Amino acid sequence: MEEKPTAGPVLRESATFPPRVVAEVHRAADEGVYEIRGFGAKRRLPTFDDLVLLGASISRYPLEGYRERCDTDVTIGTRFAKRPVHLKIPVTIAGMSYGSLGTRAKGALGQAATMLGTSTTTGDGGMTDEERAASKTLVYQVLPSRYGMSPDDLRRADAIEVVVGQGAKPGGGGMLLGQKVSERVAAMRDLPVGVDQRSASRHPDWTGPDDLQIKIEELREVTDWQKPVYVKVGATRVKYDVMLAVKAGADAVVVDGMQGGTAATQDVFIENVGIPTLPAVRLAVEALQELDMHRKVQLIVSGGIRSGADVAKALALGADAVSIGVAALLALGCNRAEHVADYRALGTAPGYCHHCHTGRCPVGVATTDPALEQRLDVDVAARRVRNFVSTMVLETTTLARACGKSHVRNLEPEDLAALTVEAAAMARVPLAGTDWIPGWGKSG
Amino acid sequence: MPPAPAAEEFDLATVAIRDLNAALHAVPHGTNRRHFRVTNPRGAHSIAVGLTEPVQVDVMGPTGYYCAGMNKNATIEIHGHAGPGVAENIMSGVVRVRGNASQYAAASGRGGLVIIEGDAATRCGISMKGVDIVVGGSVGAMSAFLAQRGTLVVLGDAGENLGDSLYEARIFVRGKVASLGGDCVAKEMRANHLAKLDRLLKAAGFDADPGSFTRYGSARKLYHFHADQADHY
Repeated sequence: MEEKPTAGPVLRESATFPPRVVAEVHRAADEGVYEIRGFGAKRRLPTFDDLVLLGASISRYPLEGYRERCDTDVTIGTRFAKRPVHLKIPVTIAGMSYGSLGTRAKGALGQAATMLGTSTTTGDGGMTDEERAASKTLVYQVLPSRYGMSPDDLRRADAIEVVVGQGAKPGGGGMLLGQKVSERVAAMRDLPVGVDQRSASRHPDWTGPDDLQIKIEELREVTDWQKPVYVKVGATRVKYDVMLAVKAGADAVVVDGMQGGTAATQDVFIENVGIPTLPAVRLAVEALQELDMHRKVQLIVSGGIRSGADVAKALALGADAVSIGVAALLALGCNRAEHVADYRALGTAPGYCHHCHTGRCPVGVATTDPALEQRLDVDVAARRVRNFVSTMVLETTTLARACGKSHVRNLEPEDLAALTVEAAAMARVPLAGTDWIPGWGKSG
Repeated sequence: MPPAPAAEEFDLATVAIRDLNAALHAVPHGTNRRHFRVTNPRGAHSIAVGLTEPVQVDVMGPTGYYCAGMNKNATIEIHGHAGPGVAENIMSGVVRVRGNASQYAAASGRGGLVIIEGDAATRCGISMKGVDIVVGGSVGAMSAFLAQRGTLVVLGDAGENLGDSLYEARIFVRGKVASLGGDCVAKEMRANHLAKLDRLLKAAGFDADPGSFTRYGSARKLYHFHADQADHY
């Protein structure tokens, strides 16, 4: 005889202590240390999804989608560098270290960037020969830790990026847990094999904007003023930071919003420090405009950029280019439904994994384990990244043409409307269907 | 044997830093142009940075920030006091400061030898990664902070928090230490340490008894996160 279902107890979830919070309290009680993880912020944040583009109609004239040109090139470093960087597309690959990623993943990113005519970037741990060989245009990061820092690498880079902060952890240093500090990583970073590596959050030899100016001059002197010098900040006090970076002599400023990714950082940091990319772009552009340096000092925006729509909206707000990190890793193969049992062993599943910090990446991207790294086919992964970024660019030009632009850089705030009051206030564009910008009065 | 060529002179009263560094970078490999004198430095920044050839550069006066920064192979002698970040990220070669050095001396240095005949201010050897530093006088607070590799020798005293968050760098101090930083402890001086210290003192031109120094190094308790060490983070 079939058993009739009986009504169970009515479970009432606490809004303050939902099961996720209860589990975290239990974990912290057991382990006595904060959670460290990879990926970026997982909480809901205002994003470019909260903006829409206003396509042309009678008052604006669109370009033919498949016939008329819409150019995408961008030049970075026109202020002081003798050799600015010319890119075919306004989408670059963000800095990710060898150590957090394996040699094969770094090589695939370099190959993809070269195929796309864009740049890729080193990371906290120095430059590998493989990455240099794979990347036609390579940006060399100068970070607080100075791991692997070498004047020879400065000279063989195409641009230099002084990293002051990162969107996932503005004010915090990097972290590479011992399981990822292999012999090669340790040798490059002058550390013992297998130790937890805690990067500094401040540069060792400068403090404040006046020192930064002198530091940038030194980097220019070492490289005979050939290379563009970028300054990267995590998005917090964006207006002041951008103005100070410009004052310090930056050729370009990189602003990384709080959706930016990381290979290993405290969860409390990822989710609670910094501001989203959406308001950060607008603040950075206003800072540059106030100094009359907009388009003279290039603005590169990163942090949660996922699609051509994101690119188009960032450019419309005034960015010169964007940079992608997590999206590029996903294109490589991160979180693909392969080797599913290995995801399960980490206590996660494809689509949810943020276990870059463990070095046990099931798809061989965020690992230096030789066996796991072999799971990444470099040529296939590079092609996937090329395909993904090409799609982003196609989407961007499709939207730009619809707005009547023959170059993506001609997108402008006037092409945008906001879907939420918050986004309207943050991006400083009118709420759709109104001429109202909260905190600003009527548009125009 | 022909006499050594006279030193080529750059007078910074009339020559720009850019022109000085460009000239030093343009020295051909294997040349017999090996000796340069920089006069009237007057605290200028970035003097003789990024050199790659084994030349001798004498800087005849006080320097600003980053003199001899990122040096490879060259021997650079500052006949005066040095500003912040002297010999930062040095890779190889020798940098000697005849006077005192300001903060961050030899920061993140990865090789070579830095000699400071006078005192060094705070954060001497911060983030050092293989450089050897010998200080004739005393060093300020937070010296050898986050030091990873290399050796810091101090003939005088050391300020507060010496060697905080140290990795595998070695520190030898002859005088008093105001306080040790987290994870930095006094260690036994063994024969190999005495020999290394003796070599460094001689290379730096100091006459001192290695046996009169105390060795400090990492207790290695912070190498891995542990709840019981949380007070140190």
